[in-house]
Amino acid sequence: MRVFVKSIALAVSLPIAAQAQTPTAIGPGEGALNVVAWEGYAQDDWVKPFEQQTGCKVHHKYAGSSDEMVALMRQGGGGLYDVVSASGDASLRLIFGHNVAPLNISLIPAWKDFIPDLQSPAFNTVKGEHYGVSYEWGPNILLWNTEKITPAPTSWAAIYDPAHTGQITVPDNAIQIADAALYLSKTKPELGITDPFELTQPQMDAVVDLLKQQKPLLKKYWSLASDAVDLFRNGDASIGAAWPYMTNTLRDSGAKVAETIPKEGATGWADSWMISAHAPHPNCAYEWINFVTAPHVQAQQALSFGETPANTKACAEMDRITPGSCAKYHADAPQAYFRQISFWKTPVRACGNGQSNCLDYSAWQQAWQLVKG
Amino acid sequence: MFAQIQAFAWRRPYLTTAAELSLPAIWFVVFYLAALVLLFVSAFWSVDSMTGEIQHSWTLDNFRQLITEPTYRHVAFRTIFMAAAVTLTDAVLAWPFALYIVRYAGPRLKTALMAAVMVPLWCSYLARVYAWRLILSHDGALNWALHVLHLPHQTIAYSNGAIWLVFSYLWLPFMILPVAAALERIPVSLIEASADLGAGAGTTLRRVLLPMALPGLVAGSIFTFSLTLGDFITPMLVGGAGSDFIGNVVYASVGVANNVPFAAAFATLPLLVMAAYLLVVRRMGAFEAL
Repeated sequence: MRVFVKSIALAVSLPIAAQAQTPTAIGPGEGALNVVAWEGYAQDDWVKPFEQQTGCKVHHKYAGSSDEMVALMRQGGGGLYDVVSASGDASLRLIFGHNVAPLNISLIPAWKDFIPDLQSPAFNTVKGEHYGVSYEWGPNILLWNTEKITPAPTSWAAIYDPAHTGQITVPDNAIQIADAALYLSKTKPELGITDPFELTQPQMDAVVDLLKQQKPLLKKYWSLASDAVDLFRNGDASIGAAWPYMTNTLRDSGAKVAETIPKEGATGWADSWMISAHAPHPNCAYEWINFVTAPHVQAQQALSFGETPANTKACAEMDRITPGSCAKYHADAPQAYFRQISFWKTPVRACGNGQSNCLDYSAWQQAWQLVKG
Repeated sequence: MFAQIQAFAWRRPYLTTAAELSLPAIWFVVFYLAALVLLFVSAFWSVDSMTGEIQHSWTLDNFRQLITEPTYRHVAFRTIFMAAAVTLTDAVLAWPFALYIVRYAGPRLKTALMAAVMVPLWCSYLARVYAWRLILSHDGALNWALHVLHLPHQTIAYSNGAIWLVFSYLWLPFMILPVAAALERIPVSLIEASADLGAGAGTTLRRVLLPMALPGLVAGSIFTFSLTLGDFITPMLVGGAGSDFIGNVVYASVGVANNVPFAAAFATLPLLVMAAYLLVVRRMGAFEAL
């Protein structure tokens, strides 16, 4: 424990020392850019125009999980890739691991148009220092089959309800613990859960109890997005935790499904573009972030993946490409909608209240394995 | 110069042998044994949870965790039990099929049946697993057929039963082929002799065919057992809640938790199980039948 506290202190102080190194202007491009991204984040639709405009040739590597992204960014001393589209459950690991460099946010003009909550969120900004630029986000919603589940559920209690035995599915991901913690923070306030990503051992025990009770009710823990779609499409699951992407895919194929953010709120993922601390092409990296945070690319990305842009000006662009899509993806939703979402962040031992008795990600991962059995 | 070397080697035949064997031996030692040793050694290391770097200090924590935590025992038991169940199922299914191909089918039918056994092996493993998902799912082909026949619905999809079914299907050719090969090698004269001495078909099967084909059966079981023991894709795709295999825990430990040492510790278990299994089946003559 002591050793850990020290290393955190070191991790926080070091980047501040490196502050002076952030560039004050974007220099001429280096002619190439190596990108680590989620599948579909480097589509030709915007990569080709980017290459034409900047002369930076894009080489992309799609990663299958947050952990693969972290591993790729650490490979070969961290000098292989320039930028990464890290999700909130990976970004802090990259920051504390000194794998990404602090950014000069004034070089990203689109940043001032971002949803206020995504300008300096805790998962990419540490002590006022920006290490990442928010990109796109989406909520983890409650999805159900409207023909089999009536009346429409309004609470996460539905996925812990024995009445739905054998029809429930939830993601196979340790971060799913936060969903259960969020539910318990509202239904069992005596546990004192204030942030679903900051859990002490007794709080984790209560969450694990709930998840162990849930396990016999489940049809399957889905691990691939296509798994979740198949489960609902083939009638094996009727209710569960999923993404808006699945709702849209299922509706497009004619399935009768509906989604909601239940009254307890929901967790959500948000991705940030981060620049490697040893980026071989830093100028192209800044050019890339500027290019993909511009409204029209934000809109293209949102529609191709089924998520919501960080840039508020992308709403009009979305409606221009597909009328009504801005509202469909809640890109114009009021801040009240946004405030219901607890964004993914890597669990670390340091709790928000200054204590350091919270469980870190490896403890979460182990707890999740014990739940699944 | 070349002639001198030749003469030198001719007088020392062991040198020629050593030279011939050195390349495959180096390959074996470097890529196979060294990897295994590295696996075993890294099982005694640990990982710094924040920076994700491996700490090269010796610890038994990984093994302690594996032994004290009942979940990992359940996972190990589930994996080994499933491997045994699949092996037994395939042995029972393969026997009559192989016997029919070898003893009763005419030459053309024999070729056709052998082809039927092999053809699925040409098709992607994933495609076959996904096909079973479509068959077993709630609105799938099986339930549709049951509905047409006015039979009750089944709910085997996404369960350990589904895993057992899919594994038994996937590895069946690996059991049929060695059993058929073993049956092929039994001389017809022995069967005729058995009949001449008054044994019925059942007695011949039990006392002549079965003992003589046993090495083939055991050889096939090496495939079905080891392939099931090491798999993690089928449990992930057709399993339900609580279907994780050792392979799934290893995969999650490496790919998700970035905890290679723990994965290495758990991965040594199937290695030991397989070593013990091979020692037992060697006594049953399995290696002569391969």
